[in-house]
Amino acid sequence: AAEEGGPCQSKMAGADGDDSLYPIAVLIDELRNEDVQLRLNSIKKLSTIALALGVERTRTELLPFLTDTIYDEDEVLLALAEQLGNFTMLVGGPEYVHCLLPPLESLATVEETVVRDKAVESLRKISQEHSPVDLEVHFEPLVKRLASGDWFTSRTSACGLFSVCYPRVSSTVKAEIRQHFRTLCSDDTPMVRRAAASKLGEFAKVLELDYVKSDIISLFTALASDEQDSVRLLAVEACVSIATLLPQEDLETLVMPTLRQAAEDKSWRVRYMVADKFSELQKAVGPEITKNDLVPAFQNLLKDCEAEVRAAAANKVKEFCENLPEDNREQIIMTHILPCVKELVSDTNQHVKSALASVIMGLSTILGKDNTIEHLLPLFLAQLKDECPEVRLNIISNLDCVNEVIGIRQLSQSLLPAIVELAEDAKWRVRLAIIEYMPLLAGQLGVEFFDEKLNTLCMAWLIDHVYAIREAATCNLMKLVEKFGAEWAQNTIVPKVLGMANDPNYLHRMTTLFCINVIVHCCGYPYREITTKQMLPVVLKMSNDQVANVRFNVAKSLQKIGPVLDSNALQTEVKPVLEKLASDTDMDVKYFAQEAISGECLSSSTIVDKLNT
Amino acid sequence: METTKLPPSSPSSPTTSFSVPSAEKVDGFPRRSMRRARQRRSHSSSQFRYQSSQVELTPLPLLKDAPVAELHDLFCKKLQQCCVLFDFLDCVADLKGKEIKRAALNELVESVATSRGVLIEPLYPEAIKMISVNIFRTLPPSENPEFDPEEDEPTLEASWPHLQLVYEFFLRFLESPDFQPSMAKRYVDQKFVLQLLELFDSEDPREREYLKTILHRVYGKLLGLRAYIRKQINNIFLRFIYETEHFNGVAELLEILGSIINGFALPLKAEHKQFLVRVLIPLHTAKSLSIFHAQLAYCVVQFMEKDATVTEYIIRGLLKYWPKTCTQKEVMFLGEIEEILDVIEPSQFIRVQEPLFKQIAACISSPHFQVAERALYFWNNEYILSLIEENCQVILPLVFATLYRVSKEHWNQTIVSLIYNVLKTFMEMNSKLFDDLTASYKVEKQNPAVTLKK
Repeated sequence: AAEEGGPCQSKMAGADGDDSLYPIAVLIDELRNEDVQLRLNSIKKLSTIALALGVERTRTELLPFLTDTIYDEDEVLLALAEQLGNFTMLVGGPEYVHCLLPPLESLATVEETVVRDKAVESLRKISQEHSPVDLEVHFEPLVKRLASGDWFTSRTSACGLFSVCYPRVSSTVKAEIRQHFRTLCSDDTPMVRRAAASKLGEFAKVLELDYVKSDIISLFTALASDEQDSVRLLAVEACVSIATLLPQEDLETLVMPTLRQAAEDKSWRVRYMVADKFSELQKAVGPEITKNDLVPAFQNLLKDCEAEVRAAAANKVKEFCENLPEDNREQIIMTHILPCVKELVSDTNQHVKSALASVIMGLSTILGKDNTIEHLLPLFLAQLKDECPEVRLNIISNLDCVNEVIGIRQLSQSLLPAIVELAEDAKWRVRLAIIEYMPLLAGQLGVEFFDEKLNTLCMAWLIDHVYAIREAATCNLMKLVEKFGAEWAQNTIVPKVLGMANDPNYLHRMTTLFCINVIVHCCGYPYREITTKQMLPVVLKMSNDQVANVRFNVAKSLQKIGPVLDSNALQTEVKPVLEKLASDTDMDVKYFAQEAISGECLSSSTIVDKLNT
Repeated sequence: METTKLPPSSPSSPTTSFSVPSAEKVDGFPRRSMRRARQRRSHSSSQFRYQSSQVELTPLPLLKDAPVAELHDLFCKKLQQCCVLFDFLDCVADLKGKEIKRAALNELVESVATSRGVLIEPLYPEAIKMISVNIFRTLPPSENPEFDPEEDEPTLEASWPHLQLVYEFFLRFLESPDFQPSMAKRYVDQKFVLQLLELFDSEDPREREYLKTILHRVYGKLLGLRAYIRKQINNIFLRFIYETEHFNGVAELLEILGSIINGFALPLKAEHKQFLVRVLIPLHTAKSLSIFHAQLAYCVVQFMEKDATVTEYIIRGLLKYWPKTCTQKEVMFLGEIEEILDVIEPSQFIRVQEPLFKQIAACISSPHFQVAERALYFWNNEYILSLIEENCQVILPLVFATLYRVSKEHWNQTIVSLIYNVLKTFMEMNSKLFDDLTASYKVEKQNPAVTLKK
């Protein structure tokens, strides 16, 4: 127990002998325990403590006590900051919510960013529960104190609080808030300017339009030409919100000069940000400016000297084209965008190519059948042959877009070698990725093409050297059976799977069992012939395998097959085998055999029996 | 301009390089490591793009042949010539121009280093302009986003053949006996220094080495910039600690600070104490601590040697940020504590001994033997031992139970024998106390309820 009994402990910890408060006393004791984990647990149950103490003692005893613990470990503080955001009812409702401000104010000044951010989040939350009067009497002074704090942490936190109180205070206070925000935008410390820049858009949204024009624009312009690129790039984000707020006729003079400058910034980080936010910017400035300004800017970003910027821009190609004004969309794409895209297909950087490959197929719906065949198809084909597997995968994973426009057959000639190559890639993660697209491809290419060209691949994965691939291949089989039906499974899959039961490698023999487990599952009752006539005998025979792993997997499989067998088969065929396995020399085999025997299907009549009667 | 050096893909050739003979794929992984040996890559910044048109350079007469009357004029022309930038990723582009610039830079370096009276006032703006144009650039994105300075090869600056000479020139310029701070301060201003500090993020260690020496000289000669430099370094560190966790030049900046701290006047200003408490101590939380820990510990010890009253802040700060899961860092912390204890004043030691030895006891019982071993080494340090002896009454009860228990339980024999030595030392120091503690330990162990009641 804590040596020094603070006011909190002596009064709160149920000294009056009230037993019902004993658990609370323990929690409170733990709030001051030496072990961080215990303190943390206790803080997380803070609402329970408060509830037990009642609103008044929470206000007068618990909160002051918590305000004193602000010097604790960051982890505890984080939990505290979060809890306090949900404490309004526990201190007596909105009328008393301002009691929560002192501890949160201290938390908003600590060094650790996550704690501070959480404190600001909670402050924003409870600001809504303040009455307009309380907001001016209690909350706004707190914001002002933070905004003029000595250390940068409090000023940083203040930046996030202006926008929540601004709409609900009097015009005099509003003017003060604007002034404080202005000051922070030109703060000495870049950390504070970054915080201000990141909240600029949000603050602009709650300001009256006149002040947006008079105040925000000048701040925006200043931040966008800050000496630090980390500040400038945040101004780009604000640009989106500001442009949305302003009437179209003001955009050209108030926003565009800054945006143009950002798109040409000497720091690649700023250009990257422009590329990254391009779709939002495009929507915010509207079709006319897009045509005149953004199209050339986008071309430049696609040709940027830094691969990072090109990749960010390449990611936006489809969205940008989609949102172009429809009247001359095709013309803009064909004359301005497509030439850049063509160059990116043979970019020197694989991230750029793979970013492009993830969206390029989307252009076909925008450009239509003829343009797709003439202009895009060669690009798809080139990317399908790209040396980087990720590029090829991205193309293959987006085939559905093209399928709708020109049909997948146009591509199948090139598709096949690409798939085969990915299927045999030396990196197992690449193989894993292509397996995941198999069901999709199978659906689009049709059963005939699949049987002819891809079936062998799917079977080959079953004997891959990496377990994850074999597992994925098994799962793939299940999806294929779901797609093509049980009859197809019976003719094409089952013979091959059962053939592996005699493989000299025990891993392959186990794969047979894993495959059977999923095929049984998806063929279901109507096709139980497949199970009883073809698969069950093989499974039963495998119970004599020399390798224990195979034997206990037989037991597991039998448990899975059980529900689709009739009780006759269960009693005469399955049960003896399981009983034999249950007396196996290997303890794992015994265990799983007993598991299977105690499973319901052997003891009572099965679903199959019920259906038969 | 292409900035990356990956080989261009040829869409027509099928990729055969990745297919591995099936015999090798026994476990799915090729026998030979597929990870291609990391090439020493080099990178060039985007500044090249901003040069509108490539100027053809023509060689100028040699400085040493110039008549005295024309020397300054020629020097100036050479400086202007060196403002032309070249594309170093294309290693065969404009070889002639590159050679002319290299030769000119060499001459400038030599001239400023050896001959007196060259640096006259009109040359200052030209020299600083040439330096700025060449060195100030947005550093390129890291080729390897998960760049681990301890494991990975750094990306080297492609234009180093020129850049190095420019840095060399700058250094000689600053070190020249003719250098006049009063003239330089008009051009080497706050904006200049800010850009210089940003370059410390360069991945190229050669560049950071030059920057370190240069910034040191600037700090030494341009007194008006000192406070500003300290403040900006503060900002860089705070951003590193709380925002990005990434900055390549922390070690170099700390090295400069080490000598700056050494020169602080006494009593320490509030600004400096704040720097210690709010920047240097939190720097210990960084993931990449190992890269700059030596320099950081040096700075911390410098502070203590300046003013012993900061000792408590330091020790309590370290205890607050004590690593919870990273044993490698724990060993570094213990190393730093020993450096601190080496110079601690006995009066300060008394103020921190309790929390400190609780932590040391926790380290001794660490299952990681290196942590336990590092902590036990403290007893090999004469000075620390003398401090422990003086305060045996306080310290022994704090560590006794741990020592006793760990001596019976630790898996590592070295640790066990080290603990025996420590126990023996304590026994010799104060056998009465030792016996009392042994007795009460045994009682507690037999009857845990006694402890609970207490």
